[in-house]
Amino acid sequence: MTGPAREREGHRPSRTHPAKGRKAFGNRDGGRLLVLAPALGWLVLFVAAPAAILVAIAFADSDPGVPPFRLALSVAGFAVLAEDTYYLDALLTALRVAATTAALCLLLAYPMAMGIARAAPGRRVVLLALLMLPFWTGFLLRVGAWIGLLRDEGWINSLLQSAGLADAPIPLLYTEGAMLVGMVHAYLPFAVLPLFAAFLRLDPSLGEAAADLGARPATVFLTVTLPVTAPAAAAGFLLVFIPAAGEFVIPELMGPPEAQMVGRVLWQEFFQNRDWPVAAALAVALLALLLVPIRLFQRLEARP
Amino acid sequence: MLRRLLPLLALLLPVLPAAAQERVLNVYNWSDYIDPYAVARFTRETGIRVRYDVYDSLETLEGKLSAGRSGYDIVVPTSEPSFARLVRAGALRPLDRTAIPNWRNLDATLMERVASIDPGNRHGAIYLWGTVGLGIRVDRVRAALGPDVPLDSLDILLKPENAQRLARCGIMVMDSPTDVLPSVLRWLGRDPNSHAAEDLRAAEQALMGVRRHVRAIIASGSILDALATGEACVAMTYSGDVIQAQARAREANRGVEVGYVMPREGAQLWFDMLAIPADAPNPEAAQAFINFLLQPDVMAGITSHVRYPNAVPASRPLVTEAVRNDPNVFPSAEALSRTFVAGTPPREAERARTRLWSRFKAGR
Repeated sequence: MTGPAREREGHRPSRTHPAKGRKAFGNRDGGRLLVLAPALGWLVLFVAAPAAILVAIAFADSDPGVPPFRLALSVAGFAVLAEDTYYLDALLTALRVAATTAALCLLLAYPMAMGIARAAPGRRVVLLALLMLPFWTGFLLRVGAWIGLLRDEGWINSLLQSAGLADAPIPLLYTEGAMLVGMVHAYLPFAVLPLFAAFLRLDPSLGEAAADLGARPATVFLTVTLPVTAPAAAAGFLLVFIPAAGEFVIPELMGPPEAQMVGRVLWQEFFQNRDWPVAAALAVALLALLLVPIRLFQRLEARP
Repeated sequence: MLRRLLPLLALLLPVLPAAAQERVLNVYNWSDYIDPYAVARFTRETGIRVRYDVYDSLETLEGKLSAGRSGYDIVVPTSEPSFARLVRAGALRPLDRTAIPNWRNLDATLMERVASIDPGNRHGAIYLWGTVGLGIRVDRVRAALGPDVPLDSLDILLKPENAQRLARCGIMVMDSPTDVLPSVLRWLGRDPNSHAAEDLRAAEQALMGVRRHVRAIIASGSILDALATGEACVAMTYSGDVIQAQARAREANRGVEVGYVMPREGAQLWFDMLAIPADAPNPEAAQAFINFLLQPDVMAGITSHVRYPNAVPASRPLVTEAVRNDPNVFPSAEALSRTFVAGTPPREAERARTRLWSRFKAGR
């Protein structure tokens, strides 16, 4: 009940905003455009223009020159994608690994977000800092640290061996497990933060009411907490899923050779084959695939 | 604060116009691949300041050059595939030999071998060169395959029974079809530069036969690390990387002893070429730099430092003794006679090869 009421409050300022803007600037849309110009310019320069260039290269002819393509209207790049299952496999592998990563992140994020949101305000700041601090250090540095932990002569294996749990090093690095550990570690904050915000907004009296009516904690979680935080969970899932689907560094440095995710294949096409049109076509295909879950999420959000 | 800064700024003023006039040479070379003293000496002798930048994979270099206007005056691409592709793409500037009198110091027979991809040697001079072979942890390989196993053949990697026994201690292959497939073909007794479907199928079968024992197929730079730390006990990669890993493992002093195997079946030769991008901002300085590097004493210093052989024979007596007498650095004439140079496959064959390689990586 409080949810919708708050939402309505939330909407009100944004509805009155355009009117205010008009008054302040006097000459109607001109002023509004002036305010929006930096944002629009940014979008055109850094979103629309690169996307247009990408699409142009995807339809170009590959050519051994500088740059290695000739602008044209050719679908040769897409034809290569269609005739070899390698690329479809790479897309599917990427989607599978990204979905697994996002699911694992959510699994970890639920208790973490709940714990942080319910902590006393002083401790909350500390817990949030603990979550964010690793995120501020170099990304490659953290991957390097994992490699140091997981390698044959790394800490985990020497610990296992000195404890007598293994007599030879267990291959940990360059496995799918290692890759998932790296991915989850890298993207976890993206899943925790939206859930944390949702738990902060969650009215504790909802849970109390359910408990008063005889629901056990598990039932409260499943029938009250989960549905109320579901949009945040979906947002967290997508925030992890989308960058993870295009991830290149972690599979390359920690994954097994057979984990040919689309990011790695893109890199190979760009740099090893120097076939920019095929690489660009693959990037366009990935983009198109990722638009589907984004649209679904927007529908979900827009639903009353 | 400002009062303290102002005199400092004033000090800078007379320097600025001078810096603008100063000639600058932009060098883009492999990491850990020069004697730092050589660069300092070049600046001292010519007054040309050197802005030195490094890459650790050919892909990075080619990526920058193929986008155009890289701003570099000197690049050092490897003969195959990068140098060959850049020559074909017209991305390199023909060298003016009259500005490089030290060209005569170059080993004519080695230059002849590069001429197959750069007719007339118009676009590049050999900087350093090497072979493709195996980096191994000698003790581990002996422990797995027996004390008498011959350590001079690709059998160690490509015979499935050997690979199976070595799988536990870590087999790696560098992620580069152009550097691996020719050697596999040669090991099979076929033409290393063949792109006949039947030959490629045979190479694929040989690779697939050991695929499940291979732990990682990664960039050569990562293999260097893995060899030095002991993560890999057999790795197919460049000779010089193995020799550098050997030196690093010795420095770390953790009981990792790395050795190099130059395959007796015949090793693939590669050459890193000194070249000038077509759009280099300062090509005269670049030619002066190439001329400077081709002096015997400068080259001797570089080889002593990075442990790769050069193509200036007169430098040999000046190289430090340990490096000069290392057969892994300077192969014997007999071993050299069995080496081969990879050719440039036509574009269609290149795609067939890349597909083969991606199937090998995926293990299907």
